[in-house]
Amino acid sequence: MNNSKDKYSPDLSVTIAGVPFKNPVMPASGCFGSGQEYSEYIDLNRLGAVVTKGVSVTPWEGNPVPRTAETCGGMLNAIGLQNPGLDLFIERDLSFLQGFDTNVIVNVCGHTEAEYLEAVERLSDEDRVDMLEINVSCPNVTKGAIAFGKDPAVLEDLTSKIKKLSKKPVIIKLTPNVSDITETARAAEQGGADAVSLINTLMGMKIDIDRRTFALANKTGGLSGPAIHPVAVRMVYEVSHSVSIPVIGMGGVMNGADAVEMLLAGASAVAVGCASFNDPEALIFVIEGIEDYMIRKGMKNLSDITLLQ
Amino acid sequence: MKEKMIAKVTENKEISPGIYDMRLETRGLNASPGQFFMLYTGDGSRLLPRPISVCDCTDDILRLVYRVAGSGTSLFSRLKKDETLEIMGPLGNGYPPEPPENAVLIGGGIGLPPLLYLGKKLSACCSVTSILGYRNSDLFLKDEFDRISKVSVSTDDGSLGVHGTVMDVIKNDPSLIPQGSVLYACGPLPMLRAVREYALSEGLKCYLSLEERMACGLGVCLSCVCKTSSTDPHSNVDNARVCVDGPVFAADKVELN
Ligand SMILES: Cc1cc2nc3c(=O)[nH]c(=O)nc-3n(C[C@H](O)[C@H](O)[C@H](O)COP(=O)(O)OP(=O)(O)OC[C@H]3O[C@@H](n4cnc5c(N)ncnc54)[C@H](O)[C@@H]3O)c2cc1C
Ligand SMILES: Cc1cc2nc3c(=O)[nH]c(=O)nc-3n(C[C@H](O)[C@H](O)[C@H](O)COP(=O)(O)O)c2cc1C
Ligand code: FES
Repeated sequence: MNNSKDKYSPDLSVTIAGVPFKNPVMPASGCFGSGQEYSEYIDLNRLGAVVTKGVSVTPWEGNPVPRTAETCGGMLNAIGLQNPGLDLFIERDLSFLQGFDTNVIVNVCGHTEAEYLEAVERLSDEDRVDMLEINVSCPNVTKGAIAFGKDPAVLEDLTSKIKKLSKKPVIIKLTPNVSDITETARAAEQGGADAVSLINTLMGMKIDIDRRTFALANKTGGLSGPAIHPVAVRMVYEVSHSVSIPVIGMGGVMNGADAVEMLLAGASAVAVGCASFNDPEALIFVIEGIEDYMIRKGMKNLSDITLLQ
Repeated sequence: MKEKMIAKVTENKEISPGIYDMRLETRGLNASPGQFFMLYTGDGSRLLPRPISVCDCTDDILRLVYRVAGSGTSLFSRLKKDETLEIMGPLGNGYPPEPPENAVLIGGGIGLPPLLYLGKKLSACCSVTSILGYRNSDLFLKDEFDRISKVSVSTDDGSLGVHGTVMDVIKNDPSLIPQGSVLYACGPLPMLRAVREYALSEGLKCYLSLEERMACGLGVCLSCVCKTSSTDPHSNVDNARVCVDGPVFAADKVELN
């Protein structure tokens, strides 16, 4: 076995829906802002993409606090998609991202179909945007968002309307809070989605036994982190074997090994969410971990990471 | 400049039941009063770092005083000399450094450590009054406040000082806070609410250090917001982030509902 790392550097590049990525690693939406804060800790140019926090046409207040609670091996959040609205996002966040050599994927949310479509239309005209990720899976807002993501017929319809308007490739972000995620994945594909990403958070609840009330003001929240990783791997496996569009896998990826598991399950790329809260450099370690794995296995290309059977 | 680092514990002792005083060896840190550090537990089952305020900071020592409140702080309390701890900071804005004519520190419980550091800095330039609220007669850090300020104390159980809260101390002796004083408060939410009301009604300048659940500590996740009295320029809604826009806010800029 050859342990030398310097022998060769494996090629981590991948193309998703016609968009070339230097590597398959990106932040998960909502766990990285628009990259500015983390750019003090890591070099954004090393990432396959920056995926921004969900943005809507008008500013959203989000939910009352407490909005997060730690759980064993994970966390619950009910941020409620607080965001500054498209105008400020385009002016400030997209401008900030101008200077970086990485893809920009903008995560879009809305209360109504019209809001989704308006956001998609406006973002389509922004040169700095490489892809759109449509969040139809946030469990923390009562109106819109997840309502579109649970019913396959509604999702297919929304996807096809978005596809008609969008000049950018469209990723539909799926919720795991359904009985069969392959149905919604197929609906997205039918609607013309260029890719799907999964999983968004799993709906959960934590009760503070001393205060005898809910840990989150919203009562329920979305579970993320290592606790959900096996569920995410299973769903990525199921979806990638039932649709032919690329899958971006996420859910509890903390390191290179977790990411490789996602790739083996069938993902074309991997997003890293709340691991960044645990370590601001997590994304870089994930990239390096995939590289190390490929070297250890003598793999030259990312596409060599496949299941044996 | 904030950074993530591994720091060596030089001291970690219980100074009062459940209250620990930890010193970490650091290099060239420049942390201001009111700023905080994130402490990592290094255990994957506990994903999130714990925010702890700076109680003192010199060229080579960072001092943190904390209460054992749950699993993370309990783990920190068991750290021994020469063991290491991963920390990130200094984070947050801190108290405004300009010394007023008269500074009044108002603290409750585990809100005291950052005020001690503030008081140390301010006492070099102005007179400082401290109004400290404790649960009982375990008056941790009081001797240190005595050295830099004129101290009044309240206890919840009445065992020492005024029976009641810091607000009862002020009611008993309003002359503790002459006109033109600036108030600096840190402590439990009900105390902060009362201090805010008092400051607004008396027309006094007042700074409050807020606490909220945090995940990233860097302004990214929007866990830690507080309501602001007008639209916040960053969020574009009436929410500011305690971790970067705070934890210190002018009393008239935030709503504490
Ligand atoms: C800006 C700031 C400064 C602080 N400074 C100090 C200090 O100097 N000394 C001190 O003793 N305490 C301080 N606290 C409170 C301290 O962060 C919590 O007591 C600590 O996080 C509890 O962690 P745990 O693992 O022991 O408790 P657990 O209950 O097991 O923690 C579970 C989760 O809840 C969070 N959490 C629990 N209580 C609080 C709280 N009161 N505030 C915010 N998050 C909480 C934890 O960070 C963790 O993510 C500060 C909090 C903030 C926001
Ligand atoms: C604090 C927080 C905010 C999030 N915000 C969004 C969001 O705005 N849009 C979205 O599609 N997903 C959002 N998510 C979900 C993540 O993108 C991701 O799907 C999920 O956290 C699982 O990945 P992880 O276990 O690696 O964190 C958020 C997650 C967290 C923890
Ligand atoms: S803790 Fe994430 S924004 Fe403040």
